[in-house]
Amino acid sequence: MSTATVENNHSAALDTAENAASHLITITLRVRRFNPEIAAEASWVDYQLQMDPKERILDALHKVKWEIDGTLTFRRSCAHGICGSDAMRINGRNRLACKTLLKDINPGKPITVEPIKGLTVLKDLVVDMEPFFQAYRDVMPFLITKGNEPMRERLQSAQDRERFDDTTKCILCAACTSSCPVFWNDGQYFGPAAIVNAHRFIFDSRDEGAEQRLEILNDREGVWRCRTTFNCTDACPRGIEVTKAIQEVKRALITRRI
Amino acid sequence: MPAGTLYRGREGMWSWVAHRVTGVLIFFFLFVHVLDTALVRVSPHDYDTVVATYKNPVVNLMEYGLVAAILFHALNGLRVIAVDFWSKGPKYQRQMLWSVVGIWIVLMAGAFYPVLQNTLRTLFGS
Repeated sequence: MSTATVENNHSAALDTAENAASHLITITLRVRRFNPEIAAEASWVDYQLQMDPKERILDALHKVKWEIDGTLTFRRSCAHGICGSDAMRINGRNRLACKTLLKDINPGKPITVEPIKGLTVLKDLVVDMEPFFQAYRDVMPFLITKGNEPMRERLQSAQDRERFDDTTKCILCAACTSSCPVFWNDGQYFGPAAIVNAHRFIFDSRDEGAEQRLEILNDREGVWRCRTTFNCTDACPRGIEVTKAIQEVKRALITRRI
Repeated sequence: MPAGTLYRGREGMWSWVAHRVTGVLIFFFLFVHVLDTALVRVSPHDYDTVVATYKNPVVNLMEYGLVAAILFHALNGLRVIAVDFWSKGPKYQRQMLWSVVGIWIVLMAGAFYPVLQNTLRTLFGS
């Protein structure tokens, strides 16, 4: 008896899966397009697409670029959420196009795709990332040590490694920095991503440059600009607790203890 | 079609916006409050005249709005302090915000009659 029920359920599930696969849905992809050689203003362009709900926004963008309009411009490299190239504002929120499934963002309504905020748009979804990377370089995201180089590897306990584990996950996609209201209004602010990468070294037991980095972040445009809106934490595609990391840097600056 | 969409932030962003808005409202109140109170040094009679113009339902409703703004700003301020200085603050910021909103609703309900009693008597009879 019970076996038969299980089999029935199983085949029913299979049928549903097959039906879903054979029934593509029509979505409207509403892209914020901008080409300075054609028009001074950006404008919205709608694309009707037949898509599987289990596909991603990136697949929809590819379909437009490869089959409808080859001039659509966006960045993507690995397409698997590692390179951090395709951060964009999808339905009003920063996400990676390669990690956002159509079925998860209400495909019944038009899906809006815009470039990330706060950085100059160069064309369509491509922004000038230079200010973002400059802030990253400014916090010196590399190991700083004193004295002679050891003859063997620099050992670290699992506990010490755990201290900064969360902030090692950053892929520099700029989803956090460009979700920050402070950064939109003040491009000089270091931004969450730079602080996260400073945190990664400040709390690393092998690193000896914490004082220098804390001094850099003690600046007017440093960590004190953070207003804890938590947009960065919500936007991070790697699930880094960005605001928590920023608060830890603030507390390290107050107590001068790491 | 709009120039661009509004960023769809969550509780954290909107609580920050509300904190800013209530802060600015409180500043404007303090500005007026310092001005009209300073008037008492100039002329007590004129002070009485000015304060008498406040005694109407519209200003009474604005007073209730002032209570709302100050309560939210104060309670959310405590939440922001907790986020800044309590190591688990960032983790529980959402729960803390809903606690703030809950306490705010209770206090607003409690302040309803004490603040608005004059207006209620004027509008709905004795």
